[in-house]
Amino acid sequence: MAQRTTDIIVGLFILAGGAALLVLALQVSGLTLKPGGETYSVQAYFNDAGGLSSRARVSMAGVTVGRIREVTLDQETFQARVVIDIEADYDSIPADSSAIIRTSGLLGEQYIDISPGADMESLADGDTFYETQSALNIERMISNFATGQGGD
Amino acid sequence: MPDYLTNRIARLGRGTMEAVASLGRSAGFLWGSLVGVPRPSVGLPLMVRQIYNIGVLSLAIVVVSGLFIGMVLALQGYYILSDFGSESAIGQMIALTLLRELGPVVTALLFAGRAGSALTAEIGLMKATEQLSSMEMMGVDPLRRVIAPRLWAGFISMPVLALIFSVVGIWGGMLVGVQWLGVFEGSYWGNMQSSVTFFDDVVNGLIKSLVFGFVCTWIAVYQGYDCVPTSAGISSATTRTVVFSSLAVLGLDFVLTAVMFGSF
Repeated sequence: MAQRTTDIIVGLFILAGGAALLVLALQVSGLTLKPGGETYSVQAYFNDAGGLSSRARVSMAGVTVGRIREVTLDQETFQARVVIDIEADYDSIPADSSAIIRTSGLLGEQYIDISPGADMESLADGDTFYETQSALNIERMISNFATGQGGD
Repeated sequence: MPDYLTNRIARLGRGTMEAVASLGRSAGFLWGSLVGVPRPSVGLPLMVRQIYNIGVLSLAIVVVSGLFIGMVLALQGYYILSDFGSESAIGQMIALTLLRELGPVVTALLFAGRAGSALTAEIGLMKATEQLSSMEMMGVDPLRRVIAPRLWAGFISMPVLALIFSVVGIWGGMLVGVQWLGVFEGSYWGNMQSSVTFFDDVVNGLIKSLVFGFVCTWIAVYQGYDCVPTSAGISSATTRTVVFSSLAVLGLDFVLTAVMFGSF
């Protein structure tokens, strides 16, 4: 085979590898080329963050409005401190909204659902959610039920 | 001390010394061929030719295997996950299995069988027909002329093949999971995207495939270069290539996985 044909085929082969890496980055691991656009960050404190991890989804009425940046332990209150990046387009979320940790499906990943409040003011950069609801711990629920203690 | 015992100990000692000597020869050989890259104008066409032989010609077996492995993962995963009512997690299961383990490992095993054995046989035959020593007589260093292009071609081809394997496998999983078994397409990709992270999963898989490519090609060319120059020697060298490469890949995979994902 002529050297030139080989060159072209090998070039295509390497390109196919690059394309595969691109597919893995964009389609499979969900990286976005634009660096997330403009976001502002708010925080929420949970008694139990469950299996929440960074890059998990934050949604409102089922629509993704942001991602979790980090989950850390607050050393003073011993609560989980979750920092959330919300896309700048969604700038009119009422300030008294509550953040709830939910699970998609029975074994699916955990995400934060924002349930809107009625305040006229909206959340801004650096704000904190007043009201949060921790991850549903099925084991604890069953043990509460079994020992006859009510809710929390 | 009885005779048969000292004989055994002597054999053990000789075996160990041979193994160490062989390890040393192969390391020196690797160094000589990695450093001795010919000038780009000479070396590049040689390497491109070898990427064609090693990489492009392995593409068919890699694509077909990737497709079937993705489809089987989807089938098996579906029947297990549907017991828990979470068929939608099938996307993340397929993607993580392929990216972290099956992509690099299966590609490396196929690579050792398809390309590694061919490399060993080719170089072994060159040695048996005294092409290598006649090159030396002409003042051409066979490490540079023959071995180095093949080594580099293997290092480059293997990650590319592993990436293509993973992509084809994920696509095959989608064919079965979404088109046939009826998992919702949005949750196939959505679950996958929320659980796969680029640097932890894709890049670590890529590093694995780089390491495997390095080890497999090294073993293949060294076994060819070091073989006994007879037909029986070539055949046993080819067998050793496939056996050693497979064992090295599986053993290294355990170590790499423990280092990459085992930190708790």
